[in-house]
Amino acid sequence: MRDSPRLIDRVQVAKVAKRFGGERALAGVSLELTARSMCALLGHNGAGKTTLLGILSTLVRPSSGSVAYRAGGAGIAGEAVRRQIGMLAHASLCYSELTARENLALFAGLYDVDASAAALDAVLDRVGLEARARDRVARTYSRGMVQRLALARALLTKPSLLLLDEPFTGLDRGGAIALGAELAALRDAGAIVIVVTHDLEAIAGRADHVAILRRGSLVFEERGAYDYEQLKDLYHQHAN
Amino acid sequence: MSLLRQAARVAGKDLRIELRSREIVYTMAFFGGLLAVVYTFAFPQDKRAILGSVPGMLWVTIAFTGTIGLGRAFDRERENDTMRALLLAPVPRLAVFLGKAISIAVLVLAVAAVVAPLLALFLNAPLFAHPGPFVLVVVLGVLGFSVVGTVFAATLLKVRSRDVLLPVILYPLLIPLFVAGTETTAALVAERPDFAAAWYWIKFLGIYDAVFLVLSLWIFESLVIE
Repeated sequence: MRDSPRLIDRVQVAKVAKRFGGERALAGVSLELTARSMCALLGHNGAGKTTLLGILSTLVRPSSGSVAYRAGGAGIAGEAVRRQIGMLAHASLCYSELTARENLALFAGLYDVDASAAALDAVLDRVGLEARARDRVARTYSRGMVQRLALARALLTKPSLLLLDEPFTGLDRGGAIALGAELAALRDAGAIVIVVTHDLEAIAGRADHVAILRRGSLVFEERGAYDYEQLKDLYHQHAN
Repeated sequence: MSLLRQAARVAGKDLRIELRSREIVYTMAFFGGLLAVVYTFAFPQDKRAILGSVPGMLWVTIAFTGTIGLGRAFDRERENDTMRALLLAPVPRLAVFLGKAISIAVLVLAVAAVVAPLLALFLNAPLFAHPGPFVLVVVLGVLGFSVVGTVFAATLLKVRSRDVLLPVILYPLLIPLFVAGTETTAALVAERPDFAAAWYWIKFLGIYDAVFLVLSLWIFESLVIE
């Protein structure tokens, strides 16, 4: 196992634009994300949120502009950045034909982190995936169980940059609120958490940074805590 | 070492899934067997004609069954966007490429190990008259196919018409490989085997594999990042 990885404590997005063929997905977005913060990235479908997450994850190359990752004042890149990223996407990013434990063991190996049964069970306990389901292949899971496994995969490596695309999908209200609390705990522990969501209730009072995208442009950005009504007002005011 | 260890991890994952489902290898083997039966009825049965055509039959079967395997192996990575998870892992992306290529090579070799004896049996063709060089050419050919195929199957992962595009893009690049494979096999099954010609084409195939392995390692990362 690797020792003391360098934690990302600042991400600077500078004038990032992305085009897919003739289609403009992002138009010069600048954003700064810092440790111990949870950024709610809001906007209608097609606003460019998922593209921005893709760029932050290093899997989508910006057409122009840049993203800088800093750890303790120094820039880091490549595998050192990817080691620090935990991602929850629309899809589960897990193999349907493997069990929960096998999925986690595979990714623990790829990330060179503790793959012992105790370590895997600890993260599965944390996301609330019931013990009797852990040795069943993931294709037998319900949508909510798949989402819990996907979250376990994202948290397994103790990431310092968490990118979450609609993390509350498939979870019941209790699960969504528990996940919101979990994300807040990660933020308090020092992580940078970015949540793309339409579920404003689940992040109300927890997100301390709100960014709203409209047609690829950043139209609102402010740091501060917002309750549900405030978030709803901001969303209707700026996203439309 | 880390590169190879992580490549083995990716390949091991693919093979574990395949051992559990047996979906790809059964489909490939069934289709390969079916082609062998079709050849038996569709081609003249005299010895001279068979010796002339069996090398082509073998390599066309490897190409077709291998393409099925490639497509399905990457469909699996598309289902839950797991390719993204692999590319996001802090391992050299070449490890992902090598792991996928190794697992596809194992599947295609497993199918070749079924299809070649079937062709030999149905057509009474002396494919295993010289097993050493024959196995060597099949292994080299399958490795080359897997390396080139993995690059393009991964590149086309998010393209809607990938099933049609894959062979259209892949086969022209594989023509030298199939020429070398067919020529070697023809030299080995001939009534008077031409070992000099076989050795020449085996060396050609080795060089083809080396060149495309280096090229693939070089371009893979830039092709799979959007």
